[in-house]
Amino acid sequence: MKRKHQRLLLVLASLGLVGAGAVLVLTAVEDSLVFFYTPADLAEREIAGDQLFRLGGLVEAGSVRQSGSTTTFRVTDLTRTVPVSFTGVLPDLFREGQGVVAEGSLQPDGTFVASQVLAKHDETYMPKEVADALKKSGRWQDGAAAQ
Amino acid sequence: MLHRFANPNRFSRLAATMLPWVATGTVILFVVGLYFALFASPADYQQGESVRIMYVHVPAAWVALACYTFIALMSGVSLIWKHPLADIAARSAAPLGAGFTVIVLATGSLWGKPTWGTWWVWDARLTSVLVLLFLYLGHISLTHAFDNPARGAKAAAILALVGFVNIPIIKFSVDWWNTLHQPASLTRLDGPAIDPSMLTPLLLMGVAFSLYFVTMLLVRMRADLAASKARALRLRAAE
Repeated sequence: MKRKHQRLLLVLASLGLVGAGAVLVLTAVEDSLVFFYTPADLAEREIAGDQLFRLGGLVEAGSVRQSGSTTTFRVTDLTRTVPVSFTGVLPDLFREGQGVVAEGSLQPDGTFVASQVLAKHDETYMPKEVADALKKSGRWQDGAAAQ
Repeated sequence: MLHRFANPNRFSRLAATMLPWVATGTVILFVVGLYFALFASPADYQQGESVRIMYVHVPAAWVALACYTFIALMSGVSLIWKHPLADIAARSAAPLGAGFTVIVLATGSLWGKPTWGTWWVWDARLTSVLVLLFLYLGHISLTHAFDNPARGAKAAAILALVGFVNIPIIKFSVDWWNTLHQPASLTRLDGPAIDPSMLTPLLLMGVAFSLYFVTMLLVRMRADLAASKARALRLRAAE
């Protein structure tokens, strides 16, 4: 075997090992790589009362209530919902049916009190006219792409 | 095939004939692409005018990833076949890639504030792109960290190959983990989720950024070759 063939094998083998190592590490720390939990995730895992985490999902249609500077709404992943309360300025994109990520903690009564609410943008890009036309023709799927 | 282009003199001649063409192409594509991106395309139904940031952000991200892949490839060629031109290609590309990554992070931040409501979050996509910037900076500093340029090139090549593991992580981070960053709009199973009126400027800008990268790479590689030739002449004169 020529020297350069040995080096080729060495490089390929090292790449394979580094790749395998990365897969192992990333699988092991998967929990901390996740940016937010969905309401369904919450049902599956134990979260201590005072633990800070992010909750993500869609703002349920018709659930937004404003009282003073406090907004309450429900976040849904279309299987489960969590009531959220937030005091402060919401991002411009916040609306019913919109994907949001809220940071805060669960209260004993099951309400999620958020200290920050971020809007999640989906991967759909279209002009306003197209969006209006889709809504008019009834082919609009509200929030379906927001996850 | 590889050996043909690995000859520095042949490469220099080829680069000299290619340069005016790719440089002209870059200018034309940027003029047309920017016209479409800034004037001849509609505002988005949700983001409004800030959608135009995408026409710089996304092409810069494509080129930043492609550039790193190119460096990793050249590093492999350099380590296995010991072609000096591969080292020159890798060290000429690294500062360009770092520049594109800075553009990606800066424009993404400017877009994130009005859209998400924050300049920065530590989600998997944003963090892995920041790691890409550090890999580029590490590559640049390792290249120049040794008195013997060959040792610097070898250390940088190993870093580039190990760091290549980050490229699929960046690309698929939005699919593997839930992130604040949205998933890919273009490479989806059921076709692009971008309206054709917005896809046109995006693709034009993509070609413009790629041609700009090729132009700058050729310029930098020729300058690097000329500098090593000058160094060799100086050494010979000193003997």
